[in-house]
Amino acid sequence: MTTLADRPVTASTGSFKLSMLLNDSRYRSLTFQFIALIAIIAFMAFVGGNLVRNLTAAGLNISYAFLGEPSGYDINQRLIDYDSQSSHGRAAVVGLLNTLLVAFLACITATIFGVVAGVLRLSNNWIVSKIMAVYVEIFRNVPVLIWILIIFSIMINVAPSPRDFRGDDATASMMFFDTIAVTNRGVYLPKPIWGDGSMIVVAVLLASIVGIFAYRRYSRKQLFDHGKMVPVLWPSIALFFVPVILVQLILGNPITLSYPELKGFNFRGGITILGSLIALWFALAIYTGAFIAENVRAGILAISKGQTEAAGALGLRPNQIMSLVVLPQALRVIIPPLISQYLNITKNSSLAIAVGYMDVTGTLGGITLLQTGRAIETILLLMLFYLTVSLLISFFMNIFNNRMKLQER
Amino acid sequence: MSDTPAQNVAFVRTSEIPPSPPPTRETGAIKWIRENLFSGWFNTILTLIALYLVISIVSGAAPWFYNGVWEADSIRECRDILAGKTGACFAVLVDRWDHLVFGFKYPQDAYWRPLVAFLLLLVAAAPALFGKIFPRKMLILTAIYPFLAYWLIWGGTLWLPVLVAGSIVATGLVFRLVEGMAVNMRQILAGVVGLLFGLGLAWLLFKGAAELVFIASNIGGSGLSVIPYAVFWAAGIFTYVCVIPMGIFVGYAIYQSAEDGGLVTIVTALFAIYIMLAYLLGPVSGAFNSIIPLELQAVPSRDMGGFMLCMILGTVCVTLSVPLGIVLALGRQSHMPLIKGVCVVFIEFVRGVPLITLLFVANVMLAYFLPPETSFDLILRVIIMITMFSSAYIAEVIRGGLAALPKGQYEAANSLGLNYVQATRLIILPQALKISIPGIVNVAVGLFKDTTLVSVISMFDIVGMIRGPIQQSTDWISIYWEVYGFAALLFFVVCYSISQYSQWLERQLQTDHR
Amino acid sequence: MAEAAKLQVSDEVAITIHNMNKWYGTFHVLRDIDLTVQRGERIVICGPSGSGKSTLIRCINALEEHQAGSIEVDGTLLSSDLKNIDKIRSEVGMCFQHFNLFPHLTILENLTLAPIWVRKTPKKEAEEVAMHYLEKVKIPDQADKYPGQLSGGQQQRVAIARSLCMKPRIMLFDEPTSALDPEMIKEVLDTMIELAEEGMTMLCVTHEMGFARQVANRVIFMDEGQIVEQNEPEAFFLTPKSDRTKLFLSQILGH
Ligand SMILES: Nc1ncnc2c1ncn2[C@@H]1O[C@H](COP(=O)(O)OP(=O)(O)OP(=O)(O)O)[C@@H](O)[C@H]1O
Ligand SMILES: [Mg+2]
Repeated sequence: MTTLADRPVTASTGSFKLSMLLNDSRYRSLTFQFIALIAIIAFMAFVGGNLVRNLTAAGLNISYAFLGEPSGYDINQRLIDYDSQSSHGRAAVVGLLNTLLVAFLACITATIFGVVAGVLRLSNNWIVSKIMAVYVEIFRNVPVLIWILIIFSIMINVAPSPRDFRGDDATASMMFFDTIAVTNRGVYLPKPIWGDGSMIVVAVLLASIVGIFAYRRYSRKQLFDHGKMVPVLWPSIALFFVPVILVQLILGNPITLSYPELKGFNFRGGITILGSLIALWFALAIYTGAFIAENVRAGILAISKGQTEAAGALGLRPNQIMSLVVLPQALRVIIPPLISQYLNITKNSSLAIAVGYMDVTGTLGGITLLQTGRAIETILLLMLFYLTVSLLISFFMNIFNNRMKLQER
Repeated sequence: MSDTPAQNVAFVRTSEIPPSPPPTRETGAIKWIRENLFSGWFNTILTLIALYLVISIVSGAAPWFYNGVWEADSIRECRDILAGKTGACFAVLVDRWDHLVFGFKYPQDAYWRPLVAFLLLLVAAAPALFGKIFPRKMLILTAIYPFLAYWLIWGGTLWLPVLVAGSIVATGLVFRLVEGMAVNMRQILAGVVGLLFGLGLAWLLFKGAAELVFIASNIGGSGLSVIPYAVFWAAGIFTYVCVIPMGIFVGYAIYQSAEDGGLVTIVTALFAIYIMLAYLLGPVSGAFNSIIPLELQAVPSRDMGGFMLCMILGTVCVTLSVPLGIVLALGRQSHMPLIKGVCVVFIEFVRGVPLITLLFVANVMLAYFLPPETSFDLILRVIIMITMFSSAYIAEVIRGGLAALPKGQYEAANSLGLNYVQATRLIILPQALKISIPGIVNVAVGLFKDTTLVSVISMFDIVGMIRGPIQQSTDWISIYWEVYGFAALLFFVVCYSISQYSQWLERQLQTDHR
Repeated sequence: MAEAAKLQVSDEVAITIHNMNKWYGTFHVLRDIDLTVQRGERIVICGPSGSGKSTLIRCINALEEHQAGSIEVDGTLLSSDLKNIDKIRSEVGMCFQHFNLFPHLTILENLTLAPIWVRKTPKKEAEEVAMHYLEKVKIPDQADKYPGQLSGGQQQRVAIARSLCMKPRIMLFDEPTSALDPEMIKEVLDTMIELAEEGMTMLCVTHEMGFARQVANRVIFMDEGQIVEQNEPEAFFLTPKSDRTKLFLSQILGH
């Protein structure tokens, strides 16, 4: 039951006998572990021996030198500089950043979908809660790969091609006052140009966010100290928008937007979001959102039963019950599964390969693998990357869980 | 209360108040609608938005379904028939039904075989899933099913699966026989088995040590590779040193165990099944087949495809990963650091990487780790990797079940004198598994959905069929709603029923006498 | 008291505990425990919460390991030798505060499990023995029910019967009645009294002082991991010597 170290002195004395290796609790687990060790070594010998033979037969070796060689392929979606002369290693980094990009976007969107759907599913409104139930059931019971492919197909087949925007008899037009173009190659958005003084605007924005927090604190203090309810929502919204817009106008529009324009057969300028990225992002978000909705619902239900009544008995209003009593507690229940859903998103983003979005699986595990033929090295690196991300996320989750446990005591 | 006279504290009821119906305002559809849909401005807006959404989806989809074309040979013909109206082209499902369900290589005249296997699956799964409703005896069906299904789907001689099943039964008999032997008989047996096993082990270790040294010499100790070089050398020398002591010790341990039977029974049974499977199976089944030929046309694994492939992968991998998951979960609970460590590393590693990378391993990497002369076909390699994948998740579910058991159960078992194996098998696992079933079912659903990932490594499951042979044919070029919708529907039906089952089970467990 | 005297105690030694010490980490739970139990003795152990009573009797059947000193049960030394542990566990039965019946097995299966798997008794025989003991604890009609369908008192009696099915020579009880409602306590105590009258060697942690007076031939008082006082029940209750015992008795009997 306890470990061996706990037993410095034992009543049984006498000399060592071979049978004690099996029948004595001091030695028995050592024996088993020794046998396990031998088994592991034997496995290593088997696998390693085969590897060596197979590699020699194929005239290969294990080497990571290819990472420094020019890759010779292009990547259409990149967050850092890259061209076909860059190395395979850099291609891998580009892919890696792309993975993180789509995972990040999908995590945020999925959380929004999930929280909205989870809360609405508990709403008293019959039709709304039924619609949310249908959403959850449909999306989580169909493979995410199928969702990715469906959304990608819709992007390609339904959205107009850039050519349709041309000429006087254009069949498609840009949206939001000609600022956004949705085409089958991707979505084109205006791109902010950071002119002189734009940093001031950003600084003002940050300051007003800090201000909002300070204000909320102040209003709470008012409530606690003087028993006065101060409105929070509208002042916060005003605090967010008014200063920034004022500064922007006073400084003479330091931040300007460059709009996408149709030049020749394609749009130029602005930010391009590839169709593959959108399909992947949206599919991951809506699929995982269905799972998150279930977590949110379960979390709220787990807390709300007794607590709602208790809070109601204290005379709190329903929305106060939700924001002061139920949500803070439900959050503790919701956050651990939420984080493991984030992990799932990160891992599922490797399905990018099905729609040709160049994430790390597409670059390192796709084209680089095919071009160099270095299957073992690329796949190991790929696994290492995902493993690192997963372990980091679970590390933070453990810290969170431990802190929560401490607070509960 | 109100009829209690205020001035008089003592009260005795003398007349019964008959129950009366509630005031009419409180019942009826109108009350329901007002309370559920239009209570307050916010709720009203929500209702209106929701209604708008439903109506627009229905009005968009209805003509699409209603005008659907069921008979056409190509997408162009479909469009001609529709003549500009919105409408689905379900003809692709009719035209390519076989491909979607069975893949494009499975022999047409054998389609009935997977179908029968599928129907039998329902029959075989029922007693396992609804234990209360069906008699326990029907579990025999469940035990026979894997062999029957293998024969039906892959074909070949029936004698092979029958003999494999027979070997397993025979091994069980050997086990019983040794367990029931008189002690002095068993002592003789243990001596012989111990000697053989000790010698065999020593020989294996000797080979292994030579292999390790061979690996080390191939790595060569230069640069960074000096670390693996040193590790393999050390392991090799360690193994050489272990050869004789290990052989003697294990042989001795088997001999020693004669009295209570544990080890010698297991080792003898293992010997028996190894000999039966490795040396007797081929010739005996060949001989039987030449006397009574019971053969179906053999279908190689690479010809499996369509939804059938998803079903095969799903059922096989889930079935295999439950026992593996149990072992991993128990290992992770172990107090032995090495065994616990191995299990933790395995579980966390597998859970930390996406399934696709494991499928890549199956596709291009696994072959490097297997002996050069063996040729596992892709489907087998994929089954190995998916099983590993799901077993890690199942292990975590079962670990939760184990953790939920009160410590008193272990203590009661111990104080009655049950040993670890008995306590685990008779007391701990039955309870832990029962708690874990809903979780295991969830893993199974996830796994079943993940079987579509094999299309990424160019296997032709239903998604692979759509993306390859169907969307790229000239007849059905880039058709998508109909085919993906169909695939989604199939998955939805299966996954939704399974998750409903799991919820039913959860409710069942809650009301159970626990 | 008069009845207790009637029950004979043999000279044969059942349990010898010599200088036994146990630590949980750095926490010294049991300190220099010395105790000899004669066959047929009925010993009641009492003491404040956390004084190490449970730990002491759990050490006797190796549910906990002691780190210094020796425990000898029926002449078998409790060491790290698993064979000895098995032997001792099959001689010593134990009943827990929370019964710890196996909820997935019927009452009969609970009773026959250990005899079949540990003693290798044929199933039929094991069932006969089980029914015998179920009759003894007066619930033979519950044999095919599951533990969850029984009342607490019935469950504890089943737990006693389950231990008896292994034909133990010594029984350990760890607060067998403290999780029970008052009216169920009596039925369990009656079973235990009957057991005592048949000459079973019993070590019982309990705060049922009535039971101690009626059945025990020795009462042991523990505090802070030590045996503070032991005496015959009459003397123990009427003329406690140590201050700690007096304080404890005044608290437990005072109200
Ligand atoms: N597994 C353990 N690890 C660490 N400390 C423990 C453990 N089990 C018990 N203890 C501590 O050992 C002391 C003695 O515990 P024990 O259960 O023997 O007390 P007890 O006399 O039976 O009390 P009670 O009347 O409450 O049952 C307690 O202080 C307890 O906190
Ligand atoms: Mg206690």
